Amino acid sequence: MSTSTLPVFSAAEAGRRRLHARRKRNNVVAIALALAAMAFGIFWLVWILVETVRLGIGGLSLSLFTEMTPPPQAETGGLANAIFGSLAMVTMATLLGTPIGILAGIYLAEYGQRGWLGSLTRFINDILLSAPSIVIGLFIYSVVVARMKTFSGWAGVLALALIVIPVVIRTTENMLSLIPNALREAAYALGTPKWRVITTVTLRSARAGVITGILLAFARIAGETAPLLFTALSNQFWTSDLAQPMASLPVTIFKFAMSPYENWQQLAWAGVFLITLGVLILNVVARTFFRNRI
Amino acid sequence: MAATFPPTPFRREEGKIRADMKNRPPAARRVSPWADVIFSALAHGAAWLTLALLAGILISLVVGAAPAIRAYGLSFLWTSEWDPVQNRYGGLVMIYGTLMTSFIALLIAVPVSFGIALFLTELSPLWLKRPLGTAIELLAAVPSIVYGMWGLLVFSPILSRFVQQPLQATFKDVPLLGSLFSGPPVGIGLLSAGIILAIMVIPFIAAVMRDVFEVTPPMLKESAYALGSTTWEVVWKVVLPYTKTGVVGGIMLGLGRAIGETMAVTFVIGNFNQLNSLSLFEAANSITSALANEFGEAAPGLHQASLIYLGLVLFLITFVVLAISKLLLRQLKKREGLVA
Repeated sequence: MSTSTLPVFSAAEAGRRRLHARRKRNNVVAIALALAAMAFGIFWLVWILVETVRLGIGGLSLSLFTEMTPPPQAETGGLANAIFGSLAMVTMATLLGTPIGILAGIYLAEYGQRGWLGSLTRFINDILLSAPSIVIGLFIYSVVVARMKTFSGWAGVLALALIVIPVVIRTTENMLSLIPNALREAAYALGTPKWRVITTVTLRSARAGVITGILLAFARIAGETAPLLFTALSNQFWTSDLAQPMASLPVTIFKFAMSPYENWQQLAWAGVFLITLGVLILNVVARTFFRNRI
Repeated sequence: MAATFPPTPFRREEGKIRADMKNRPPAARRVSPWADVIFSALAHGAAWLTLALLAGILISLVVGAAPAIRAYGLSFLWTSEWDPVQNRYGGLVMIYGTLMTSFIALLIAVPVSFGIALFLTELSPLWLKRPLGTAIELLAAVPSIVYGMWGLLVFSPILSRFVQQPLQATFKDVPLLGSLFSGPPVGIGLLSAGIILAIMVIPFIAAVMRDVFEVTPPMLKESAYALGSTTWEVVWKVVLPYTKTGVVGGIMLGLGRAIGETMAVTFVIGNFNQLNSLSLFEAANSITSALANEFGEAAPGLHQASLIYLGLVLFLITFVVLAISKLLLRQLKKREGLVA
């Protein structure tokens, strides 16, 4: 093919060789940069996780779960009220938001595949999915807190539920649309009314995916701070009454981390470790559960 | 039962005793019609609730911001004075902070996400694809308060010592860059917030880019390879032009996320309500950090209304960016024939 065996090279040949060399070099540079980008991404994840473990694991002890949030520069203290508040509000919010989300997801997958209401709802849902969570907090403040004239755990629950709903709608709709139509048609052919087809055939087949979506929504709101800042506020003391302002782990971490007190920062790191551990475990469990069941 | 054509109505044969199975018509099953109606109403109602939510958010923001809108009108967007003592407010500092940190975040995140997507679709061996993809998704799952705290207590001292101080020393006398890198190099400010936002936004943009790169028809890529293209040439000249609407849609999705991010930015941006110089090292404020810091203690009246006005501006910007992103991604899907 090439005339390299001849002692004299033409100018075109030399030009072609230069072009090939340049293309090859560009390719190698691009591949190296892509590898570097991948390493860059992994590096940040590893660094953040390592630092969280290193700085947070020292603060882990039984008192973390049994004692209340302390005043600054106190000797002892824990995060018991914050942990309880977070668990209570996140659980209630998931319980509140999931049925609404599943019903709307059922609408999008079973009733609204065509038509303007379905497309509009899908569009609005995707926007609400990525909307700033602090705006949700502002909304609940104007509607609930200003009316009730008090911050409360219920306002925090409502704000978190508003974040759960779009996530559950999206995953439910995706999972339900994956179920083949033949299954539905077989059920219809046996004389099943539509609502029973949806609940006992379609939803039941898709339940692994729907449960995964609920777990992922749970993990997402467990780490949310901004919606709780001016709905549930915070509370130095223990309360199990959702009508009172309630402490929550993210808001407590926010308050403690920005302070100059040593014991508060130590507790904040322990809290960060707990949240990260919980969220990552939930994510990994949800994904492996889904992969094994589907 | 004997089959007859045309079907004759059932008639019990007189005087003869027959087995039930042959004579009795099947018991009529009464299917209650109301169960279907109620279920359908519930499903429709849930969909309407979602729409009502968006409308409710918009209306409550507008109502809450009404005093500030009446007092300032649109000039709120370019006034920079923020004075709670004298009750004079202007949102320019926050809006500039939000836009600038998002711009820095995109500047870093877009090339990196492109590299990650390129690696995951073209270069990585099959056994590495799933773990690396999961690792990038875990980066998205980490709560933003972890980023904020890590950013403030671990990242900013290192940024200050190894990046900001050398940058300041190098560019001290250069005219434009010098003023970009002036200011106290303590590790907080617009640059810090921008870098941390970039790390937060990378998984979103990378995930969308990877998904759209994977829907390129393999035939296009194989034709290019058959003609002797290198991997880079296939991606740059075949895959990217084919998926460019999707790529831009993914970038706008990342932009929408970056604009609305609160906790990570609040920790490291410095919370300073003035705009004194072009410097990236100066403390600043963004809409979300201003809301997070000041709303809890804002006196009802013009202060609170101005903060809600800022929230309204933020929501409108995010709405527009996300709507454009959705339309662009839908455009790509249409080309694929996945959407009517």
